[in-house]
Amino acid sequence: MADQNEFQPLVNKENKDVDITSVAYEKVEQPGPKSLLKQAQGFWVTFITMFKKVNTVQYPEVKEPTAERFHGRHQLNRHPDGLEKCIGCELCAWACPADAIYVEGADNTPENQMSPGERYGKVYQINYLRCVFCGLCIEACPTRALTMTNEYELADSTRSKLIFEKDDLLGPLRAGMLPPPHPMYPGMTDTNYYNGDVKEAHPSQEQK
Amino acid sequence: MNNAQLLVDDPGWIITLKAVIVFAVCVVLTIMSVWGERRIVARMQMRVGPNRVGKFGLIQALADGVKLALKEDLIPAAADKVVFIIAPVISVTAAFMAFAVMPMTGPVNFFGEETVMQLTDLPVGVLYVLATASVGVYGIVLAGWSSGSTYPLLGGLRSSAQVVSYEIAMGLSLVSVFIYSGSMSTSSIVAAQQSTWWYGLVLFPSFVIYAISMVGETNRAPFDLAEAEGELVGGFHTEYSSLKFALFFLAEYINIIAVSALATTLFLGGYHAIPGLGFTEQWLGGWFTLVWFFLKVLFFFFVFVWLRGTLPRLRYDQFMQFGWKVLIPVSLLWILVVATLRLISTTSQSRVTTFIFAGVVVLIVMGISTAVDASKRKRAAHVYPEAAAPSFAVPSLPSEITTINVSNSVSDKGGDRG
Repeated sequence: MADQNEFQPLVNKENKDVDITSVAYEKVEQPGPKSLLKQAQGFWVTFITMFKKVNTVQYPEVKEPTAERFHGRHQLNRHPDGLEKCIGCELCAWACPADAIYVEGADNTPENQMSPGERYGKVYQINYLRCVFCGLCIEACPTRALTMTNEYELADSTRSKLIFEKDDLLGPLRAGMLPPPHPMYPGMTDTNYYNGDVKEAHPSQEQK
Repeated sequence: MNNAQLLVDDPGWIITLKAVIVFAVCVVLTIMSVWGERRIVARMQMRVGPNRVGKFGLIQALADGVKLALKEDLIPAAADKVVFIIAPVISVTAAFMAFAVMPMTGPVNFFGEETVMQLTDLPVGVLYVLATASVGVYGIVLAGWSSGSTYPLLGGLRSSAQVVSYEIAMGLSLVSVFIYSGSMSTSSIVAAQQSTWWYGLVLFPSFVIYAISMVGETNRAPFDLAEAEGELVGGFHTEYSSLKFALFFLAEYINIIAVSALATTLFLGGYHAIPGLGFTEQWLGGWFTLVWFFLKVLFFFFVFVWLRGTLPRLRYDQFMQFGWKVLIPVSLLWILVVATLRLISTTSQSRVTTFIFAGVVVLIVMGISTAVDASKRKRAAHVYPEAAAPSFAVPSLPSEITTINVSNSVSDKGGDRG
């Protein structure tokens, strides 16, 4: 707090409501014009800045990593055996303030098992013309199926190209993963999947 | 042989060739200086600046020019068509013309003809430069008026007021140069500086006044009120597009180069080498003086850019006050001093007289400045008596803001206070 000077506030103790007369005066530093030499110091600042390292990143040639938790393009994740995590619950679409997400769920069947449990996301679209990258969809997702990557180069030439389908958003198949649809890991329930008990695909899951 | 004598026997084709060269130099310098300015200002702001088009972005300005030329040329419905089209032409023509009297080299061999790189040597060369600069203002005023729009009109008015005001100070600062050199011809002034010191040192106050007023004259930062984008969008050229806009752009930069060249000629010894390096003037058969000339011009150009990178724009009233209440009276007084000193020295009085006179002048200046300071303090004390604690909240007087108001009793209820 700055020094209180002689202008003491006229505080109205009884009335707690704001009273225009109860104003305190605080001393602030308000330097007037300095000497000519002092004023000329600005010229030195700009001059010496010319020889400093520039902050510019030569972007297309040089790319610096984003902040660790930068909100970039979304990704639909998979369980370690390759089944999709998305259960088509539409909570992300409901959470989206920009109405950028469209989800259509469907039932898993023994012939067409896309995710553990009953349901999977049949249609999954994110419209990047609408998305504001707020991340509320990620917070809403109950299975951690939807996360965000650090990818930010999302410009394109047409509107339709910027509506990303499920294929565009799905994460890659890593080692030990099998492309769905395929049956769940033998002896495991969807709860096991969520608890992370499934570490990789079982040979029996491979569809003939 | 002086420049006028060297120039008088130039055949027509040399004059034509020189005119073309002056034109080309102006255009090329504009293109390069746009690039240079953007690069330098960028460095001052820790950026890189244009570096994409060509090596180091050298042809960025050329690319911009091509882009401008290919753009749609709009003429507003409310515009006065004829004047609207003529205005940029006037502006750019006047800018080009000023360069005709600049002596860029000493005597050189130009295709077998002994001559100097100067288009023409008028006995009133400097007045001619001032005159063309004033004609250039017509371009700006007419552009503002003929656009049929508010902001350009205001920008044009501001610009004219600005140039008129600062041209007085500029003209007055040149008077002492005339007194000392005994000539208004650019080449004679350059020659006169060889026998003494550069006028930038001898007539330092004139030099400072000229340097300030040349920034005002060319509508450059921090005096670029005519195109203050925060207030007037683009100023007088708001409604201009395509090549007409390019012409204004060209005119602005040629003007900068022209006033820099004039400053070089009048105050920094023109095309002559800096003292101590006089032998370089013989290099390349005298052509090396061209290098010296442009080095000095580019130095001034750098200062222009430096100013732009450092100083914020002045408020209009401060700007006018500075011009009329500081620069003009100071130049007038300075002329008085210079004229008297000159008279003393030409009537071959003893040095003692000169020193006594100088001493008296210094004493008078100190006395005046002390008196002004005292009166300022007195006035401040008179206008703002010791502040009593106000019984109600009042805004502080602008010059006395040493306090800020902070609410002391913050309502704990929040929201509606009714």
